[in-house]
Amino acid sequence: MINVTEPALTISGLHFAYPDGREALRGVDLTLAQGERVALLGPNGAGKTTLVLHLNGILHGGPGRVEISGLPVTPSDRAAIAEIRRRVGIVFQDPDDQLFMPTVAEDVAFGPANLGVRGTELDNRVDEALSAVGMSAHRDQIPHHLSFGQRRRVAVATVLAMRPEILVLDEPSSNLDPASRRELAEILESLPVTVLMVTHDLPYALELCPRAVILDEGRLVADGPTVDLLADRSLMSAHRLELPFGFDPVAALASRRSPS
Amino acid sequence: MSTPLYLDRESPLHRLSPEVKIAAVVLFTVVVVVTPRTEFAAFGGYALLIAAVAVLARVPALWLAKRATIELPFVLLAVALPLAGHGERVDWHGLSLSIDGLYGAWNIFAKGTLGVLASLLLAATTTMRDLVLGLDRLRCPSVFTQIMTFMLRYIDVLADDARRMRIARLSRGYDPRFLWQVKAFAVGIGALFLRSYERGERVYLAMLSRGYTGRLPQTTSGSAPVREWAFSAMLPVAAAGIAVAGLVLT
Repeated sequence: MINVTEPALTISGLHFAYPDGREALRGVDLTLAQGERVALLGPNGAGKTTLVLHLNGILHGGPGRVEISGLPVTPSDRAAIAEIRRRVGIVFQDPDDQLFMPTVAEDVAFGPANLGVRGTELDNRVDEALSAVGMSAHRDQIPHHLSFGQRRRVAVATVLAMRPEILVLDEPSSNLDPASRRELAEILESLPVTVLMVTHDLPYALELCPRAVILDEGRLVADGPTVDLLADRSLMSAHRLELPFGFDPVAALASRRSPS
Repeated sequence: MSTPLYLDRESPLHRLSPEVKIAAVVLFTVVVVVTPRTEFAAFGGYALLIAAVAVLARVPALWLAKRATIELPFVLLAVALPLAGHGERVDWHGLSLSIDGLYGAWNIFAKGTLGVLASLLLAATTTMRDLVLGLDRLRCPSVFTQIMTFMLRYIDVLADDARRMRIARLSRGYDPRFLWQVKAFAVGIGALFLRSYERGERVYLAMLSRGYTGRLPQTTSGSAPVREWAFSAMLPVAAAGIAVAGLVLT
């Protein structure tokens, strides 16, 4: 059903203004190939979250077009939007917002159950998604009793259970300790899906995403290999992006390519 | 989800489906309430039934008694009735008591205690999660069961929020000793409300993103087998038997 040559995501000329008149998106064009991992960078208030909420039709109404593997996002068409929400899995920043059911397994089952999956097939989906994030042992636990890193991983599982084509992550590394951060990176690298990762964590973007785009004031102002963008000092400072103290993106990437 | 009212034990009653337990307790309570207050023997019979259920559920008497103290305010009200009641009076240790009031007090005390004990036994053998599930299967309107489901999930998150806000207040030298210092606390409650409201919006977005269309999916299918219904029906049926027997014999 999915044409491999078809882009996973196509956004063209997307505009959006909030009801109070604030323009959040002023003409965004972006294409993601199947299986690509792309970082969406930008300062606070650049419109990153607004853009993400357009990918599955939660926000809409401005001019422009969004297509997920060739299927246009048309919020008025209920059947189409259900399919879009299956294809686009959004992992929100606060796992407590994402995990609202009483147990881990029920929460992971929520998405596929909304798609009409039932019975053993549903159980299989839950097992598969939980094992993909290494949380099978916590199946029947209460989300509140898990550590923050574990909750973030379960949040990833809740969308994996819907077998998405694009995984959209909003600040996946925020509030994680370094070990949880690395574990999540390993999980994300192992997944065979297209990933769009919204983040302020530039080293994390470099580690996981070969390509990055910078969104500022509702426009895409840069698009290229992550290491090139991060190494471009004038571009970075023009858009309030700063690397952590002492971090050299070129050296970091080189050291990863040739592990000693 | 584990409340102080739930007692984690292995017993046949813990294994029963929640809906049959809820139905049994409700019916039992109805039978108790409609029993005329003068049927003293019948109330004794009900108490024996409750004791038998407690033994079956392996709930210790002391554990029950402690939690039954929630009933005390009502008992205090009942104590006032014989003193304040009208009509024929008797003298007892120098106190003049109204007979009608005595019956009234007995009525409140006996029916209240039996009802509280039955509810406690239900709570002791059923987790909150299962109670909601049971209500759902008993065709309780889904808007109520959904609200309860979310409450179960977020009550701890809210409590944590409140705890963090309290620590933040204390860390900035807030030390409320007098009533007029509660302003910060009151403002904190307001902030907590706003936070919860905003969280509600974010949760809703997350639900929409996973295909929510206004109904929580019914993932746990099937209901209790007839055997369980028959087993749990023994409680209200026995109670009704006692009530009828009491009425016929007197």
